[in-house]
Amino acid sequence: MIGLLILAGLPGCSRPDPENTINIAGSSSVQPLSEELANAFMEDNPGIYINVAGGGSSAGIKAAKDGTADIGASSRELSKDEEKGLLVIPIAIDGIAIVVNPENPVKNLTLEQIQGIYAGEITNWKEVGGREGDINAFTREEGSGTRGAFEELVMKGSRISSKVGVQNSTGSLRTAVAGDPQAVAYISLGNVNDSVKVLAVEGVTPRDETIKNGSYKLARYFYYLTKEQPREIAKQFIDFVLSPEGQQIVGEVFVPVK
Amino acid sequence: MIVQLKEKLAACFVWGAALLTLGALVIIIGYIMIQGLDRLGISFLLENPRRMGSEGGVFSPLLGTIYFTLVTMLLAIPIGVGAAIYLTEFTAEGLLVRVIRFFTDALAGIPSIVIGLFGFAFFVVILRPLTGGWSIISASLTAFCMILPIMIRVSEEALHAIPASIREGSLALGVSKWDTVLHVVLPGALPGILTAALLGTGRVIGETAPLLLTLGGSLLVPKSIFSSGRTLSMHLYLVAMETGEFSIAFATATVLVIVILLLNLGGYYLMRILGRRIRGA
Amino acid sequence: MVGNARDVDNGRLQKQMPEAGSLQKQARYWKGWEGGIPSLKEKVYEKMLLFCAMASTLAVVLVGLFVFLQGYPLLAKTGFISFVFGKEWLPGEGVFGIFPMVIGTLAVTLGALVIGVPLGVTTAVFLAEYAPETVALWIRRAVELLAGIPSVVYGLFGMTVIVPVVRYIAVHWFGEVLSPEMKTGFGIIAASIVLGIMILPTVVSISEDALRAVPKEYKEGSYALGVPRWQTIIHNTIPAARSGIMAGVVLGMGRAVGETMAILMVAGNAPALPRSVFSPTRTLSGNIGLEMSYASGEHAQALFATGIVLFIVIMLLNSFALFIAGKGVKVR
Repeated sequence: MIGLLILAGLPGCSRPDPENTINIAGSSSVQPLSEELANAFMEDNPGIYINVAGGGSSAGIKAAKDGTADIGASSRELSKDEEKGLLVIPIAIDGIAIVVNPENPVKNLTLEQIQGIYAGEITNWKEVGGREGDINAFTREEGSGTRGAFEELVMKGSRISSKVGVQNSTGSLRTAVAGDPQAVAYISLGNVNDSVKVLAVEGVTPRDETIKNGSYKLARYFYYLTKEQPREIAKQFIDFVLSPEGQQIVGEVFVPVK
Repeated sequence: MIVQLKEKLAACFVWGAALLTLGALVIIIGYIMIQGLDRLGISFLLENPRRMGSEGGVFSPLLGTIYFTLVTMLLAIPIGVGAAIYLTEFTAEGLLVRVIRFFTDALAGIPSIVIGLFGFAFFVVILRPLTGGWSIISASLTAFCMILPIMIRVSEEALHAIPASIREGSLALGVSKWDTVLHVVLPGALPGILTAALLGTGRVIGETAPLLLTLGGSLLVPKSIFSSGRTLSMHLYLVAMETGEFSIAFATATVLVIVILLLNLGGYYLMRILGRRIRGA
Repeated sequence: MVGNARDVDNGRLQKQMPEAGSLQKQARYWKGWEGGIPSLKEKVYEKMLLFCAMASTLAVVLVGLFVFLQGYPLLAKTGFISFVFGKEWLPGEGVFGIFPMVIGTLAVTLGALVIGVPLGVTTAVFLAEYAPETVALWIRRAVELLAGIPSVVYGLFGMTVIVPVVRYIAVHWFGEVLSPEMKTGFGIIAASIVLGIMILPTVVSISEDALRAVPKEYKEGSYALGVPRWQTIIHNTIPAARSGIMAGVVLGMGRAVGETMAILMVAGNAPALPRSVFSPTRTLSGNIGLEMSYASGEHAQALFATGIVLFIVIMLLNSFALFIAGKGVKVR
């Protein structure tokens, strides 16, 4: 046992060569995807090491700008100011699914109806074509990237009502909806499973094609950000991400951009 | 008669409370293990997590846990034992000792998340060129601050348990103080110190909050102690919260519980050895 | 003395316990004695040991310094009072008030005490007064193990067992009166139950030590008068051990206030003032653990400022525990 521990400790003493290390930092929503991609890339290119850290989109943008990371990751749109001096490369699209309990007969909502529900103006499922009964809406906490995107795409300036229940993780949102026939919530499409039912928005069901061609409106891009002249190995990695092999990995959870 | 009945009732009540406490432990450990054991196996331990940890095994978190625990304890054991030796063997009770004790107690009381904030501001941000930012070494340095008071306290007890007569005997033979400490006191206190190390290890393995701020949470196999990673407990938290994939969370929890059980058992046997030695002396 | 995690908590009390005192007296001869003239090498070693001993002092100073430095700019800008009593936490809009989290922490801590203290103290009475030796040994070992279980494991248990039970009760028994966010099961009740179990080891071990430290004469005198066991415990033993038990309770509170992970997993974490015991709530420590991963700028400063508040609360609680423990010794 102790021998095993020492054995495991040995590689820890050597620091990886910075020349062959790519640092990625930023949005925690993009982090798992970056890791899958990095794993595949490192298998093809032994000798190169990719370090993936979180820190949030703002931290990713800052890190890419001041060079602490070769690649910054962002799950939100950049402001004009932030874009300056950076290459902004979309690598994946994340659909935001509106989910309800499988027992709920409602199949479709319009953007306006969703906005009404979250603003607290529509409070009964009857008003949107469902059975008589209160609507129990759930949202992510302030500051979450998914909430940011939802507010931008759906709320368009109006605020989410304080009566809407707040849950701080995809897991608990999904559990809340799965356990309550009157609940509605929004979660990343990649996290949907059988315990909840996905609604169509404006008559369009979220699928790879409908998200890619823009007919499904609730989607956000994931971006990689680099300086205008990235290091050669960083460029290699981004080329890999945009290659068919990389995009296939993206497609396992998210929607590919190519 | 009524008094007797009351006494009986009271006894039932007290036994009931104790059984409830015992029951809480049995139910928690039992439930976690029942839910987790069927998924657990060699392949679960040796496979890398996939899809944010909702599929696959726990190889990289396991390796991350070993690295992190090893580095933390390599820092904490020498410094903790050193501090304990200084406090028990080298200084008379005085202002300095009182100050040191005060701060050690204070450190023990600081919530781990606040120590995590410090670790983030100092090791991750300011010392980034040395530690690599979010990394195993940053997390270990942070956890070291957290575990130090426990290491000092338990090592001190182990040293206190060595009777003064043994020290005096050695000194009477003309052995210098330093050699007495090194060759007489320390070997005698070894089982106690090892127990402290085991318990400290248990604490370090279970700790999560400061790691959220310092370890980065990468699912990649850590290349060195300067890369980001995650531990089993952090993996358990992130899997349960972000993916809701409870079967993986339970299996991870089972691994953790088994490790903690083994550490406690080890500590218990060491304590028995220690007890025998002291009685022997 | 069984060495384990519980010693950490009651370590600070042990100084007042009789055995520890006599050990220290023994050690005094030894410490003053140099054992011959130390060589230069030994002096260097001694300095190195002193450095080790100062490490925890250094750590406390650094922790305090960094957390205060990082959080201070925001506190200076918002003002301490409006930060602590501000009812809105909207990091996106630069509004930082942690009053909901202060209330959340209070509610959850009180809930934990309501569950953990009666159970813990009764278990301690069992261990000190009722239990046969072997049974006491096993229960004590179980309590130690409870202290060793990682908090995320408690959290997982809470999420998968306690939360669904609370949800069932909320939906089926109180479904009519509760608003939707109170019917998820995540909230004050679930967090209180989980925390109540988590503080048991602290409460049990310190209360047991306090009960055992009560002089035998107290009990024997009472028994001699024909007072039965339970009456003696209620009227003599527990009052005599009161301050030690209180210290255990306060340290348990400290543990509850500082706990992060298990609460994050079961409390629901909405940063709004709770309106019932079923409401989801966020604690101070949860606030930091939850948002630090994506906070930057002022938002990050606000989380450090939350850390300052937490730091102060814990320091007050621990000093209070030390104070009442110390007072108890004098009375005895």
